[in-house]
Amino acid sequence: MTPIIVIAIYLGALLAFALFSSRFSRGTSADYFVASRSIGPFMLLMSVFGTTMTAFALVGSTGKAFQLGIGTYGLMASSSGLIHAACFLVIGIRLWAIGKRHGYVTQIQFFRGRFDSNAFGYLLFPILVLLVIPYLLIGVIGASKTMMGLTGPKGPNPGMFPEFFESTGGAIPPELTGAVICLVVLCYVFAGGSRAAAWANTFQTIVFMAMGILAFTLISNKLGGVGAAIEQAKASHLVRTESDHAGVSAITFLTYMFIPLSVGMFPHLFQHWLTARSAKAFKLTVIAHPICIMIVWVPCVLIGIWATGILPPDATPGAVLAMMVGKLISSPIIVGMVTAGILAAIMSSLDSQFLCLGTMFTNDIVLHGGKKNRFTDKQVILMARLFIVGIVTLTYILSLVLFKQNVFDLAIWCFSGFAALTPLVIAALYWKRATLPGAYASVIATTVTWFYFFKQSGYGGEYTVNGVMPVAYCWLAGAVAMIVVSLVTKPPSKQTIAKFFPS
Amino acid sequence: MKPAVLIAIVVFIVLAILHQDVWNWDNADLVFGFMPIGLAYHAGYSIVAASFWAIVMKFAWPTRLEEWADETDDAATNN
Repeated sequence: MTPIIVIAIYLGALLAFALFSSRFSRGTSADYFVASRSIGPFMLLMSVFGTTMTAFALVGSTGKAFQLGIGTYGLMASSSGLIHAACFLVIGIRLWAIGKRHGYVTQIQFFRGRFDSNAFGYLLFPILVLLVIPYLLIGVIGASKTMMGLTGPKGPNPGMFPEFFESTGGAIPPELTGAVICLVVLCYVFAGGSRAAAWANTFQTIVFMAMGILAFTLISNKLGGVGAAIEQAKASHLVRTESDHAGVSAITFLTYMFIPLSVGMFPHLFQHWLTARSAKAFKLTVIAHPICIMIVWVPCVLIGIWATGILPPDATPGAVLAMMVGKLISSPIIVGMVTAGILAAIMSSLDSQFLCLGTMFTNDIVLHGGKKNRFTDKQVILMARLFIVGIVTLTYILSLVLFKQNVFDLAIWCFSGFAALTPLVIAALYWKRATLPGAYASVIATTVTWFYFFKQSGYGGEYTVNGVMPVAYCWLAGAVAMIVVSLVTKPPSKQTIAKFFPS
Repeated sequence: MKPAVLIAIVVFIVLAILHQDVWNWDNADLVFGFMPIGLAYHAGYSIVAASFWAIVMKFAWPTRLEEWADETDDAATNN
């Protein structure tokens, strides 16, 4: 029961902290969508980092290291340190400048303006929404599975609440966990929009970074120190050479570098970029992002490697962190704190995704085409709130319907989809010759190649083409289509160039 | 293109190549007695990446872009 009390205290503190931010709200739709473009360097770093790092940063990194070994860090973390920061600098700051200059609050507003086409927005909108939804489901289902693992039966012992939840053996059922997580996030996003999400993300990011370090310290102490801990790890996991299902091939390691490009097209990250007070606010985010990744990932990867000498080789990768904590840490308070850290990593992405979908439905569908003047600012905020309630409700229902499906296999495909769309945004920002037909060709080529490989993979899960990540082919298809079709079609008008490129 | 931007692009490509770390692929030595060298290399790489971006911020910062962003148009007055 103690871990549940710790988690309840954490959720209460999160709500109080996020709702406190509403004291700074200006009550306008600009404040609701982009925090009146007033977020400073530290909060921008925390909200961008917290949004980028899902529960995978704690749970997935440990499980993947348990599977693959030390190659996990280079494959997913240090490459992200270089590529994410490049995206923030090359894509984020320029989009922030264009967004501020023209008053944009969504990606699609930018693309519609840049390519001078309403229809292009209607092509891109469903693609972005469909790529975000599995990401939302992974968060809610991940939280439910975490709580079931924490409160479920342990060997011969019954679960934590056998008198309340007979059907799950005493574990808190997904219906309850999903409802609590969705309601807490909905409360502060509904009330404070983008500003509340930024404040909540700051709090949650500090929590999950601290809890990762806490778990690392306590587990290593229990194993007799970091030196003793590594000595009992499997030798095959200390190198990247492929053997015994561990390791990673050189070509996979190389082409995996396309995956972190996904941050360049995340709609929820785009919205965080627009909240920046100034371009200078990005400096800390760009510089500190690789360090923050290191602080979270190195301890978790080491825990995963240590686990190879402690847990059976057929242990579920997603449960490795929880199993190590459960096996080596007896204090229920610490167990509660680490679980709160995992929930913090999940919720710091969920809030931004709920908010961005509500913002997109409001601005890209309902208010699009000069309809904004028909509504007062209060009505616009109410509309966004109603959309957010609808999206949260739909996500909750889908998370229950698909609870037993392996939605986690879709994660890599969501990232691949967003990453493969980056030639579109890079060309739109830096290539004056990029045209609307080129943009259509790029999106269609990317979508077709993505769907082809997705089908080949059996609709989800890890899949490579002779070791090459499919995202590399999708990205190249999108880039080639953009360049070739743009070169053979009429260039954009001088007005469009003047509007989007500093002279 | 400013020389600083050109240098930054070249260094970025070099960093992307260095990320492959072909030297330590099958080396299981431990650094500081607890960290496999392949992991230590990439942890150090993260620090190098952060330092690289700090230098880029110093010498290739898009100052003109910031001034341009401040010239908001009438439709933007969403700010």
